[in-house]
Amino acid sequence: MSRSLEAALRTKRAAGQKLLVPYLTGGFDGWADCVRAAVANGADAIEIGVPFSDPVMDGPVIQEASWKALDRGATPQSVLDEAADLDVEVPLAVMTYYNLAFRAGHQRFAAGLIRAGITGCILPDLPYIESAPWRLAAVAEGVEPVQLAAPTTPDHRLTELCAASRGFVYSVGLMGVTGGRAALAESAKVTAARCMAVTDTPVLVGVGISTPDRAAEVVQASDGVVVGTSMVAKMMAEGPEGVGELVAEYRAAIDTSSVN
Amino acid sequence: MVMAEPSSDGRFGEFGGRFVPESLVAACEELEAAFRTAWSDPVFVAEFHRVLKDYGGRPSPVTEAAQLSKKLGLRLLLKREDLNHTGSHKINNVVGQALLAARMGKTKLVAETGAGQHGVATATAAAMMGMECKVYMGAVDVERQALNVFRMQLLGAEVVPVESGSRTLKDAVNEAMRHWVAVVEDTHYCLGSVMGPHPYPWMVREFHRVIGDEAREQCAALLDGGVPDVVTACVGGGSNAAGLFSGFADSDAELVGVEPAGGAAVTRGVPGVVHGMLSYLMQDEDGQVLEAQSISAGLDYPGVGPEHAHLAKTGRATYETVTDAEVIDAFGLLSRTEGIIPALESAHALAWVVRDERLRGKTVLLNLSGRGDKDVNQMMDILK
Ligand SMILES: Cc1ncc(COP(=O)(O)O)c(C=O)c1O
Repeated sequence: MSRSLEAALRTKRAAGQKLLVPYLTGGFDGWADCVRAAVANGADAIEIGVPFSDPVMDGPVIQEASWKALDRGATPQSVLDEAADLDVEVPLAVMTYYNLAFRAGHQRFAAGLIRAGITGCILPDLPYIESAPWRLAAVAEGVEPVQLAAPTTPDHRLTELCAASRGFVYSVGLMGVTGGRAALAESAKVTAARCMAVTDTPVLVGVGISTPDRAAEVVQASDGVVVGTSMVAKMMAEGPEGVGELVAEYRAAIDTSSVN
Repeated sequence: MVMAEPSSDGRFGEFGGRFVPESLVAACEELEAAFRTAWSDPVFVAEFHRVLKDYGGRPSPVTEAAQLSKKLGLRLLLKREDLNHTGSHKINNVVGQALLAARMGKTKLVAETGAGQHGVATATAAAMMGMECKVYMGAVDVERQALNVFRMQLLGAEVVPVESGSRTLKDAVNEAMRHWVAVVEDTHYCLGSVMGPHPYPWMVREFHRVIGDEAREQCAALLDGGVPDVVTACVGGGSNAAGLFSGFADSDAELVGVEPAGGAAVTRGVPGVVHGMLSYLMQDEDGQVLEAQSISAGLDYPGVGPEHAHLAKTGRATYETVTDAEVIDAFGLLSRTEGIIPALESAHALAWVVRDERLRGKTVLLNLSGRGDKDVNQMMDILK
């Protein structure tokens, strides 16, 4: 059974919890166990990267993980098949690039996600202005098409895309691709606050959240965080155990911060 | 109207669009607005043509290839973009974009390059305009085009080797876009062909329209007011072809684009989305983009500009492919018969003209998009 991403996130938010969504590259050697470790250590949902040949929104770390996954033969279908066997208690989303959905056909792609027990879908190279046909097909199949808001998104479009977003609103933390930054960009909190002001849908900040401290800071202005690069780096260097420990650190940091 | 402005959402028929991360949408909108205003401003247009003339060496002549015509049994006219400053048509586009960038208050240019020709042209325009320039180039291409790397450095540009993916042109585009997201405020992305998100395919074609407009007049003078039977050009992303075709789209001339057999997005690709556009794309059944394989680094690209996809789909233009071996022969043939060493890219169009029996007795206008100086090292290895 697919669990609705948005329903689950709303329930936890209502209980006063800040939301933690780790990103892990599907198809990377041992990734499924990393997902289980992340869930066991307090992830509220998991974002599964489906490797694409031309990941234009990703920095070097996630590129490397995608490339290694593709190298060992990962395909969209093999990642979905493995996801179907995850058997975890939190909702799942995929993050991938639009051509995989376009090539499969919107309806077929969405149906494949649902079959794998995945309801959320994030396509960072499909901006809101081009997203209508996909959103229509996705929602019809029960997929929640997450929309991304950027620091440069003008107000009128921000309002529209927040209203159209399902699952959560992905508030892009900074002008750039995924990858650690030394300092938290000012834009992260500003953009999140702009989204929070116009929507009741949960708002999560992703891109540029590189440490538990940053996450703790950013949840002051948002409902939660998506943590990608630092998780993927851990997965590549240490495997499930390292990922589990890191998720626990993020969990502790944002829980402490939301109590304050 | 054929080869008119795309729709407000950047479509040529069903192709085109603006498939970029949300972070870049505003920059594309800003660029479109700036281009629209500039291109209808007579002062900007006059300055563009002045620079192309005084600095770029335009107009480029049309040469009757008398010897080769006799040999092939047809009348072959060459549009001599090889005579432009920096040795190819690329200068038209970079002069346009550099002037536009300056008008928008941008102080830096970033570009991708395959063979290095667009990188050299961008570095040249940046030097002329006093702008900073960074060029992303696949690590494989950095190795096989060492001369152009050094040229760009001489011109004051920074060349960044791209180690990701297939380490060629498509990855250089990805990397340039990744960089652009982080620096859009002061940096213009000077895209090298009629590809990418709206307004690039339209804007780049407009900057190259001068090729077709000049050629239309030059042909009229040579052909008693008429047009050639066939107008042909090589197609990588498709900018030199789009520029030439735009001057003849409303005429009876047959338009033919020539792709390398190993990078034939129109001929062998299926619709897909990459680099900001919906167009024909060489990809596997899952939608992963395939690597192109061509003797010519400038045509080593798995996609094609969306307007070509539309021209192909509507039948206004047709697309042919030629093999590396045919290109090598054509390269030597033009050098020996006309004293013109063509770029390997341009030799693709010629290879088709040499091969296609259907052209005998016809008048053919061919875009000689660039000169072959950059290719002589490679040809020396091949022909030895
Ligand atoms: C001489 C020449 N012709 C053609 C091309 C291909 O580009 P396009 O298809 O955009 O004209 C290149 C690209 O490097 C080139 O250098």
